[in-house]
Amino acid sequence: MIEPQDLRETTLERLIGEVQEFRDAGYRLVQIGATRTEGFEINYSFDRDLKFVNLKIKIADNSVEIPSISGVYWNAFLYENEIHDLFGLKIRNIKIDYRGTFYKVAKPAAFAEKPAAPAARKRAAKPAAGTEVSET
Amino acid sequence: MTQRSIIPFGPQHPVLPEPIHLDLVVEDETVVEAIPSIGFVHRGLESLVAKKDFQEFVYVAERICGICSFIHGMTYCHGVEQIMEIEVPPRAQYLRTIWSELSRIHSHLLWLGLTADAFGFESLFMHSWRLREKVLDIIEATTGGRVIFGSCKVGGVRRDIENAALRTIAATLQDYAKEYREIGGVFLEDLTVKRRLCGVGVLSGEDALQLGAVGPMLRASGVAQDMRLLKYAAYGEIDFSPVTAAEGDSYARCSVRVREIFQSVGIIRQCAEKIPDGAIETKVAGLPDGEFYARTEQPRGEVIYYVKANGTKNLERLRVRTPTFANIPAMLKVMPGCQLADVPVLVLTIDPCISCTER
Repeated sequence: MIEPQDLRETTLERLIGEVQEFRDAGYRLVQIGATRTEGFEINYSFDRDLKFVNLKIKIADNSVEIPSISGVYWNAFLYENEIHDLFGLKIRNIKIDYRGTFYKVAKPAAFAEKPAAPAARKRAAKPAAGTEVSET
Repeated sequence: MTQRSIIPFGPQHPVLPEPIHLDLVVEDETVVEAIPSIGFVHRGLESLVAKKDFQEFVYVAERICGICSFIHGMTYCHGVEQIMEIEVPPRAQYLRTIWSELSRIHSHLLWLGLTADAFGFESLFMHSWRLREKVLDIIEATTGGRVIFGSCKVGGVRRDIENAALRTIAATLQDYAKEYREIGGVFLEDLTVKRRLCGVGVLSGEDALQLGAVGPMLRASGVAQDMRLLKYAAYGEIDFSPVTAAEGDSYARCSVRVREIFQSVGIIRQCAEKIPDGAIETKVAGLPDGEFYARTEQPRGEVIYYVKANGTKNLERLRVRTPTFANIPAMLKVMPGCQLADVPVLVLTIDPCISCTER
């Protein structure tokens, strides 16, 4: 059976109000996740009695400040710290803010880089004609 | 006057096979607050989707966890199959269900053993793991692997199990359940076990939902939520209902897992009786384009795979939300007020899998 996917889009300004409505209606916060696109997409997922709803916001770049929803759902602090550490996004007023130390990663905001298209990666990996390739 | 101190717990600790750290704020022996730190071994596996072919990535998804590896691979495949509108043959769906339930049994027995070890019942730990070995033997006989099965693929499964072998497995598990009943009875009835678990770390159903708890952690607080009710794989044709307990304490969480093993044996028996003959895979044609949230029930609770594809052989994004990650806030909620000696048991009652969490 295919689970119905209720995917909705909202704006930064309406985010907190809409999240509060989910909380008032008895929804559980399932997850928050970010996706690197041309800008960034942030997905907030909720569930009540196996009814799954996803709220999406789009932002242009990582200079945009996103309001924390940890004032509405306390457990959001984990997801928001994760997004900050992996994508370098600014989230203001997180209830427990690790300030970049949640994940001990070798490269800060490693997921913020937009992955190159496969064809571009192949071109970058292939040495130009006449280039000497040293074997190590 | 009460002295307040901070005691570090982990990342290396005898009850933790994997690293997680808690700063425990204590007054004498009573915990007042717990502040977690994770991310010691974060691997960034999600980003590999941009480099691996979407069909090859099943191998990576399976390696997110060494315990519920099969369900990771299956959930990934389920997400891709929904985007590509691939109809998985019914026999493959039943085989996926059987391997999922075998995973649940061995995962719960692993947890029962570790918990017995945490509260100092060594012989119970050994008996739990002795029984787990028998399940691993069945898994090895049917897939060739003990923890990494490699049997799921986009469009179906790689291996079949003959109907006669399935009936033998179901009969073996019925005998096994009789043997397990003795061990399960110790967890549920023994006075020393009850003294360590009853009334420790109580979580109400309302708090469990608001804190986003999942799996046995949520069901032990009286909430009958189980992603298998979404009827993925063959669960829509299997008769079962979520195992719950009302007390919300560590004993309730143990009780749910003990009883879920019997439930899994019953599900496998039903699958062996109902499995249809036929193909075990559908040929995959084309490339995925779209997005889907796949949700399944791992031994530790709901896992989410967000799959986003753009019509190329590499996915644009894979996001995995593991059950341990979701259960950390609930674990923090039950810490204040408990005794320092109860902390190892409380950490274990969420059945932490840091390998999943540090995907």
